[in-house]
Amino acid sequence: MRTLIYALFIGLMSVTSAQVMATAGGIHLDKVEIDLSDKASLQRGAKTFVNYCLSCHQASYMRYNRMGKDLGMTDEQVKENLMFASEKVGDTMTVAMRAQDAKKWFGVVPPDLSVIARAKGTDYLYTYLRTFYLDPSKPMGTNNLAFKDVGMPHVLWEQQGYKERNEHGLLETTSEGSLSTSDYNDVVADLVNFLAYIGEPSKIQRLALGKWVLLYLIIFFLVAYPMKKAFWRDIH
Amino acid sequence: MFASLMGWVDARFPATKMWKEHLSEYYAPKNFNFWYFFGSLALLVLVLQIVTGIFLTMNYKPDAAQAFASVEYIMRDVEWGWLIRYMHSTGASAFFIVVYLHMFRGLIYGSYKQPRELVWIFGMLIYLALMAEAFMGYLLPWGQMSYWGAQVIISLFGAIPFIGEQLALWIRGDFVVADATLNRFFAFHVIAVPLVILGLVVAHIIALHEVGSNNPDGVEIKKNKDKNGIPLDGIPFHPYYSVKDIVGVVVFLFIFSLVLFYMPEMGGWFLEDANFIPADPLKTPLHIAPVWYFTPFYAILRAVPSIAGSAFPGVVAMGLSIVFLFLLPWLDRSPVKSIRYRGIYFKTALVLFIISFLGLGFLGTQPVTPLYTLLARVFSVIYFAFFILMPIYTKLDTDKPVPERVTFK
Repeated sequence: MRTLIYALFIGLMSVTSAQVMATAGGIHLDKVEIDLSDKASLQRGAKTFVNYCLSCHQASYMRYNRMGKDLGMTDEQVKENLMFASEKVGDTMTVAMRAQDAKKWFGVVPPDLSVIARAKGTDYLYTYLRTFYLDPSKPMGTNNLAFKDVGMPHVLWEQQGYKERNEHGLLETTSEGSLSTSDYNDVVADLVNFLAYIGEPSKIQRLALGKWVLLYLIIFFLVAYPMKKAFWRDIH
Repeated sequence: MFASLMGWVDARFPATKMWKEHLSEYYAPKNFNFWYFFGSLALLVLVLQIVTGIFLTMNYKPDAAQAFASVEYIMRDVEWGWLIRYMHSTGASAFFIVVYLHMFRGLIYGSYKQPRELVWIFGMLIYLALMAEAFMGYLLPWGQMSYWGAQVIISLFGAIPFIGEQLALWIRGDFVVADATLNRFFAFHVIAVPLVILGLVVAHIIALHEVGSNNPDGVEIKKNKDKNGIPLDGIPFHPYYSVKDIVGVVVFLFIFSLVLFYMPEMGGWFLEDANFIPADPLKTPLHIAPVWYFTPFYAILRAVPSIAGSAFPGVVAMGLSIVFLFLLPWLDRSPVKSIRYRGIYFKTALVLFIISFLGLGFLGTQPVTPLYTLLARVFSVIYFAFFILMPIYTKLDTDKPVPERVTFK
């Protein structure tokens, strides 16, 4: 009986990550490390986000002041450094671009990025933002390995430069950007870290609270189990 | 002081009488094992779902234009909203885990057999209501999987000959899943179905307490009573099982909290990735799969070949897969209840059934391939054979002698 229970739990654990595999049309996804306690990384990611993403994409469920608080910034710092699109620090991160204009320019309305990290996965985003390549057949002149025929142009081209796809399907740099490959990877990693953060800001509280709840339950068990034993002593 | 107060109440309402009947003088067999935790845990999760549900309702907007955003509002702007929401979403899966284990307990120890047929029937009705509750609740976050899952399941009604299309239209209240569907599902999810479940749970417990609990030996403890009429192998539910169940509750909450705080999506099984994309009626996801607790039945649905382009046979098979569970008390002809004293035929059939049920559960999550379809068909046949052949193999089985009294070490 006991082995059956173990088998059930082990079986449950082994299937838990099975569903994540089926994204991105089968291309290999590069791994990125997410660390929500790395405030400096999140702040750098926030800076990239408001400068490059937030002109077309919204994060309409995320408030500036909440972000500031979680990233260790005062409201004034947020206003000075990160707020170009809104007036009040309690606003959510919206954009001025109208949906019908966006549809005309890009073919699609750029998706809201509030929970994109939860929908697509952080490894996917990390790979996607690093695998743009020149493709003259596309309206924007670029295509992407992780997201075929994507409507979005290579926004970070100044940093990464441009790549082309060779006959083996691999990407080769054809014009250098302002950053080295490893520096660019770091910029994207910080940005993805930030996207993971805005996907679930309460994760910081969740992880912080979790260990206390578990500790409480362990103490509760240490009381409840001897109590059960004591009550059952006279049952034979 | 307290005694006189209780006297006043008891003269007007049977408080002490009910306390005795259902707790302090409800005699349960002393040999309950691990499998007997899941009934009280199901009750705990029910309360958890109702309480968290009330708080979610205070902030959720049942409106196609606002539903998705209101869930994110709960996750971000509502004080402790994330905790309440994760308790509710984790609770939904936890509910099915404990209910499946509870049903499995009934299966291995023959708890559905005479005189507990109605306990089993009420329990099956709870399970049915729970599936409706979970299905309608899953639409409310209004993500892609909410939307397309509902679209697929409701369209199954469309496969019913003659009245199907009208019926599906009537259920949706629109030609596709839309705002009208969301509103009525919300009404069912927060009012209608919970009321039904609560009523059925009361009936389930009253029926159980009328006949008394079964036990891992399948021995009727009421056959051996002392001179006061108390079963010799029975112990009062309170305090013995109340203190024991508290231990079960703590262990359960520990595992529950591990999921809630450290992997609330459970790798995409409790909260699917695609449900973080708002519902889009114009964009069908590549792979639509129901949440894990429905997948065995979904696999049966897909396994049955359609006739003349109609998926109706599959829908019928899926319906029958549940109906057979209801009939279990009358299909089982063995005089023995517990698996401990059953013969090799029943044990073999049960193992094959478990493999098929879990296999179907896995296949229901996967895209269709020729191999998987073949496997799903084999498992479906075994699933139904378990029930259809049950009157034969339980009758032919060579059961072991059942002891007079329960075994307890």
